[in-house]
Amino acid sequence: MSTTIFVPCDSAALALGAEKVAKAILAEAEKRKLDIQIIRNGSRGLFWLEPLVEIATDKGRIAYGPVQASDVTSLFDANFLAGGSHPLFLGLTEELSYLKNQQRLTFARVGITDPTSLDDYLAHDGYRGLKNALATTGVDIVKQVTDSGLRGRGGAAFPTGIKWNTVLNTPAEQKYILCNADEGDSGTYSDRMVMEDDPFVLIEGMTIAGIAVGATQGYIYLRCEYPHSHKALNKAITKAYEAGYLGGNILGSGKKFDLEVRLGAGAYICGEETSLMESLEGKRGLVRFKPPLPAICGLFGKPTVVNNVISLASVPIILDKGGEYYKNFGMGRSRGTLPIQLAGNLKQPGLIELAFGVTLRELLYDYGGGSASGRPIKAVQVGGPLGAYLPESQFDTQLDYEAFAAIWAVLGHGGIVAFDDTVDMAEMARYSMEFCKIESCGKCTPCRIGSTRGMEVIEDIMKGHDLNKNIPLLRDLCNTLLNGSLCALGGMTPYPVLSALNHFPADFGITNQADAA
Amino acid sequence: MTGSSTINPQVQQAQKVQAVITDLKDKPGALLPILHGIQDALGYIPAETVPAIADALNLSRAEIHGVISFYHYFRDTPPGKKTIHLCRAESCQAMGSKQLEDHVKTTLGIDFHETTQDGAFSLEPVYCLGLCACSPSMQIGNEVYGRVSPESFDETIKQSEVLS
Repeated sequence: MSTTIFVPCDSAALALGAEKVAKAILAEAEKRKLDIQIIRNGSRGLFWLEPLVEIATDKGRIAYGPVQASDVTSLFDANFLAGGSHPLFLGLTEELSYLKNQQRLTFARVGITDPTSLDDYLAHDGYRGLKNALATTGVDIVKQVTDSGLRGRGGAAFPTGIKWNTVLNTPAEQKYILCNADEGDSGTYSDRMVMEDDPFVLIEGMTIAGIAVGATQGYIYLRCEYPHSHKALNKAITKAYEAGYLGGNILGSGKKFDLEVRLGAGAYICGEETSLMESLEGKRGLVRFKPPLPAICGLFGKPTVVNNVISLASVPIILDKGGEYYKNFGMGRSRGTLPIQLAGNLKQPGLIELAFGVTLRELLYDYGGGSASGRPIKAVQVGGPLGAYLPESQFDTQLDYEAFAAIWAVLGHGGIVAFDDTVDMAEMARYSMEFCKIESCGKCTPCRIGSTRGMEVIEDIMKGHDLNKNIPLLRDLCNTLLNGSLCALGGMTPYPVLSALNHFPADFGITNQADAA
Repeated sequence: MTGSSTINPQVQQAQKVQAVITDLKDKPGALLPILHGIQDALGYIPAETVPAIADALNLSRAEIHGVISFYHYFRDTPPGKKTIHLCRAESCQAMGSKQLEDHVKTTLGIDFHETTQDGAFSLEPVYCLGLCACSPSMQIGNEVYGRVSPESFDETIKQSEVLS
């Protein structure tokens, strides 16, 4: 009887040697004349265990990891095909506490299925949301998304249903669904995982959005740094067309929805929705003034739903199980689940989908296992390069949009980057300004000039020059960026800079309180 | 000179560019797909291709140049045989990417945006490859690498040189 072996094709697994492992397993099985079948699944998101090899058994999948090609012979010797004992043996995958305690709604299939197999997708509850959507009205779909409490997962946390409702109620001969897949924030990779490991869920979410608001064309604006996502999406889109899930007559309903992937070209600013639209239109990615809102006058001047990958990928389960079901997860005004990404200096970095409300401390220590280096965690940056740095004293903050706003921080896209005590927070603040300088689109002065001046001032501070003059100058400059920038790049660069300054003044050479003002 | 049997490389290049333009010019917002197509075919976007693009899209050459120069990924000079994209973002910094960056620059003898003298490698910074759970990371050609150390970098480069 043939044994099924799962070896992930997620790019993080590939970066750790999964391709070589798959080849070695195949070669070794051939040598031993064993009948095996390798399925390239997505990643379970337990990256310190990648490449994580799983064997299908009657009791469930049994995991081994992290497996290198050089381990393969010994795995066969240990009869791993029958779940034999081996130093890399981890037991039943589903029983691993890291995975078992999660609440995977959006990521329900990730790591389990063959990402570009439509049959696999259908066998794991795929396209149930779309079928429900086709059986009801646009108004009802929008109501369910509104009722679910889903807020934009890209970072701005704007209620998705309200955005959709605006597009639904704006009459036009052409409307668009635009997926923002320009996931450029450091420490975030949940969009990448969805696109590589379960691309159909994004396609389904966009199709539902199109049917809901009456848009017939969708675009996924994908950053070019994600070649594996590009391949997986295109393969899945082709299959969806062939099976009638995309195109002129979706599942015989007479509804039309076309979908195309467009590549960005390495500009962080194009993750800002108006800059993204300019780029897709073939221009420099300069930020647009708002209003008009994209929902009224967006891509090519038409009403456009612009949503992040995770927002759209959360729609199928909402339409499958209902808005109420999704809403029952979470706390306060943060409803549903958030795919949290642990990154940086942690022992057990990975993808954790949980209802809102979990604390940073639980994530960093219970899941993350503390720092990889074994040194104390000094700071974490939450929400990408524009997110605030938080000190240990704030680790009990619950993951909730409002709780983060209350401590002048942001949840952003749910990426958490941990730093140990060797980090120099003045250098991190300097880097934030440098990043803003490199990525500024140049349209507004505070961001374009302010970032360069900010870098210079922080460099001066790092040399210990005129702290009593330069610290107030930096604060003043940050104030200008905060209030005078056109978009979040300039407007939020002060978050990492000022939080570093406020929480870690000693790193800026500040020894007395007067200088800190 | 007429009747030459060898195809002039410049003519060949122009033909490739024209094929990309003809294929993509009618898409809505065709410019980025065209620029990607040209860079995929030639490795970069030579300045002499700009007039043909401008002509096809009814835009000025200045507008095309403006777009090419806006995006970090597009280049107007030929790259080395392989381009190394080294991540500089926060997660990688938390795992020692600065030391790795210094090592890479010293080993190759070049800075960011430069190409080694033998034309083997170009070095570009990248701000996140989405491999933050196995930092520091890099990409060489289409291959991605996680938990890169100075030692593993040397090993990868050695293998890459052997293979090329």
